[in-house]
Amino acid sequence: MAWRLRLVPEKTNIDFFRLQYVTFGTSVFAVLATFVLLATMGLNFGIDFKGGTTIRTESTQAVDVGAYREALGTLSLGDVSISEVFDPGFRADQHVAMVRISAREGEEAVTPEIINEVEAALKTVDPSITFPAVESVGPKVSGELIWSALLAVAAGATGILIYVWVRFEWQFAVGTVAALLHDVIVTVGVFSLFQFKFDLTIVAALLTILGYSVNDTVVIFDRLRENLTKYKQMPLLEMMNLTANETLSRTIMTATTTLIALTVLFIFGGDVIRGFVFAMLFGVVVGTYSTLYVAKNIVLFLGLDRDKPKKADKNEFANIDA
Amino acid sequence: MTPTSLWKRLLIIGLCVWGIVLAVPNLNYTNVEKHNDAAAAIEVAGGVAAPQQSADLARWPDWLPSSLMNLGLDLRGGAHLLAEVRLEDVYKDRMNALWPDIRDALRDQKDAVGTIRRQPSPDGVLRLAISNPDGLQKAVEVVTALSTPVTSLTGAGQRNFAVTVEGSDIVVQWSEAERAAMDDQTLKQSLEIIRRRVDEVGTREPTIQRQGADRILIQVPGIGSASDLKKLIGTTAKLTFHTVVRRTTDAGTEPGPRNVLLPSLDEPGAYYVLEEDPVVSGDELVDSQPAFDPNNSPAVNFRFDATGGRKFGDYTAENIGNLFAIVLDGEVISAPRIQSHIPGGSGIITGNFTVEESTQLAVLLRAGALPAEMTFLEERTIGPELGADSIRSGQIAAIIGMLCVAAYMIASYGWFGVMSVIGLGVNIVMLIGMMSAIGATLTLPGIAGIVLTMGMAVDANVLIYERIREELRAGMAPGRAIEMGFSRAFSAITDSNVTAIITAVIMFWIGSGPVRGFAVTLILGIITSMFTAVYLTRLIIELWMGSKKPKSIQV
Repeated sequence: MAWRLRLVPEKTNIDFFRLQYVTFGTSVFAVLATFVLLATMGLNFGIDFKGGTTIRTESTQAVDVGAYREALGTLSLGDVSISEVFDPGFRADQHVAMVRISAREGEEAVTPEIINEVEAALKTVDPSITFPAVESVGPKVSGELIWSALLAVAAGATGILIYVWVRFEWQFAVGTVAALLHDVIVTVGVFSLFQFKFDLTIVAALLTILGYSVNDTVVIFDRLRENLTKYKQMPLLEMMNLTANETLSRTIMTATTTLIALTVLFIFGGDVIRGFVFAMLFGVVVGTYSTLYVAKNIVLFLGLDRDKPKKADKNEFANIDA
Repeated sequence: MTPTSLWKRLLIIGLCVWGIVLAVPNLNYTNVEKHNDAAAAIEVAGGVAAPQQSADLARWPDWLPSSLMNLGLDLRGGAHLLAEVRLEDVYKDRMNALWPDIRDALRDQKDAVGTIRRQPSPDGVLRLAISNPDGLQKAVEVVTALSTPVTSLTGAGQRNFAVTVEGSDIVVQWSEAERAAMDDQTLKQSLEIIRRRVDEVGTREPTIQRQGADRILIQVPGIGSASDLKKLIGTTAKLTFHTVVRRTTDAGTEPGPRNVLLPSLDEPGAYYVLEEDPVVSGDELVDSQPAFDPNNSPAVNFRFDATGGRKFGDYTAENIGNLFAIVLDGEVISAPRIQSHIPGGSGIITGNFTVEESTQLAVLLRAGALPAEMTFLEERTIGPELGADSIRSGQIAAIIGMLCVAAYMIASYGWFGVMSVIGLGVNIVMLIGMMSAIGATLTLPGIAGIVLTMGMAVDANVLIYERIREELRAGMAPGRAIEMGFSRAFSAITDSNVTAIITAVIMFWIGSGPVRGFAVTLILGIITSMFTAVYLTRLIIELWMGSKKPKSIQV
């Protein structure tokens, strides 16, 4: 017997429903907590969604946030935030900061004069400073971007709902979509709780989480459908446990490879996409959890009509193992 | 296990080789890029190559594929603008252009309608007062007779403008259908003009797209900053010729109704009061070239089209001895005295130009004026150094990610892990090959997509291997277990990948810029990973089983 790395023993018999009230309760709580957080703290929207300007500065001298703020204080720019950026990939003499200026009330177009003033003011503090990236978004576009982002998530969820409904039973579709909305909402909750910057790339990350989470859930449902035709008499709860245990090794294995890739990206991928990678890292963890603890519970609550597992028989792939 | 038929084997291997060959140019990015640029330049020049171009051309052999992945703005550096076109400007300009026709038509009916005066009105609306109230009906008829049917599909049956009576005034307004037609026209024209101006500076692969009803997205890699880009496209180069009312040095002069006060370009402190409605405008230009005036200083030649030429000729014939202003973008370039009738519709603009300025002006005039002004809603500048940093960290992350996933797969599945890692390697190379072939744009989130694909691509292998393990535990013979593993896992693989593609397609459809790049990478990654995991790995395992014929296997 050759040696194999195994995170999950060959045969498991975990009862995923033993603590179902605790786990499901936690999920419901997390979703509700997100709504409370969104209502009270809101999200730290980036300029994509709020409008405004960000200027990335780079210098061979150390960043002095106080001096930067002082230099910009005389310009009456309104809300300005300055933060230093750290990354292990930076050279020893590479010091990076982000300056964010909120959009001004009633100002549609972006004014290059303000950007020039800011750049000039920062140059007086640190003559070696350069500006590798300057981005401005007007409030009009940013308002629309929020809507298209919400629309994207909604459209993604609907597409998945329809696909799973066609391929499985409607209860599976509801369970899948509930699980993936749970993942997306809780991830948004974490961004609100820690006030991480929420911009357009985070929406892309949320959509990827959607795809990952559904992938994970569907694999279990696929197996459940197979078992439904195999063991006609087994109680649903027992069968779900059997299915989850049978596929557990795969669930953990795939989550691990994905997490490995994402962790590497988080460490070495640079500061520009770190928020994006964080969202996906967190989403994969939550997605794996919801696959095991949310999706099945919902199907169990809804119950299955087991007398006629018709769709499974009609399915084009059901006979492939003959 | 049932062996794959020979033609299928050849097809699988052929596809892999094809994908790898397509990816090869990216290894030598700079040289291939120079080769491609040179090839394009030579084609433009009609097959004539400069020595430098021939040298660049030789940097990459012709018989190898030369498509590269496009690097997105966030990786190459460049500028991004989202502009909103002020469509109302055109309503106004066109209405002002309509006014002389209406005036002339009504003057012909002077006996019935009396004298005509243009009243103040909102932009894009014409309000007229006539001195003889009894002629109101006649005047409406005359003006209505000038309207033409709208030819667009949706506006069938509508006239281009509507004439109504409000009190004692006649109000002329564009119809709904005409506005829609004008909007479409304006946007198309703006796109075309922006494209020409950006192309004139010869930058690589700019993106110029219409977005929604009134927006234009412009992305130009390699340009210094968004303000440079704005300068390039925002210079309206609107050329008009006006009658000069008088010359003044007082900036506070009240120009009077239907007149405008404009500064002189060369003489500081000099102003001209001009009639607001131009005699001829730059729209009627057909050509303009840099030239030299008789004193050998740089100038710009221009030629009008037939109508413009006639108007210009008539005007010069009637106004010999009067001043005449050439106005560019709201500044008077020069105001020469008309010496003689100028037939034929061509002329020369002189001023204090440098050679560069006259060349630039000729280009701008030739490209035409933007029909309407633009407001910039979004602008982004990414420096090339930041892009280079991003590429470097992306590469490092991709290599380390690949090694870690490979190590983990081999630790988990032994020899089968090695075979899946071969599949994974081919998968990534094919992904790059496909992205190059379709000219997809690689963005920073796209690199993240590739690294993520590495993690998720092995999912199909994991599903298959776990299934094989189960079948082996159930006591199946190795060959049969592998076969069952592949076929039983297939349904789960399909379902999970189709749902992933659904979300990626939606991301592509709704997203923009970097998000789209990410979606493209994901979609292609899903396709290539399904291919390599299901077909290629199976083939490798099959070949291995065929040569070793193991009695038992350990997955």
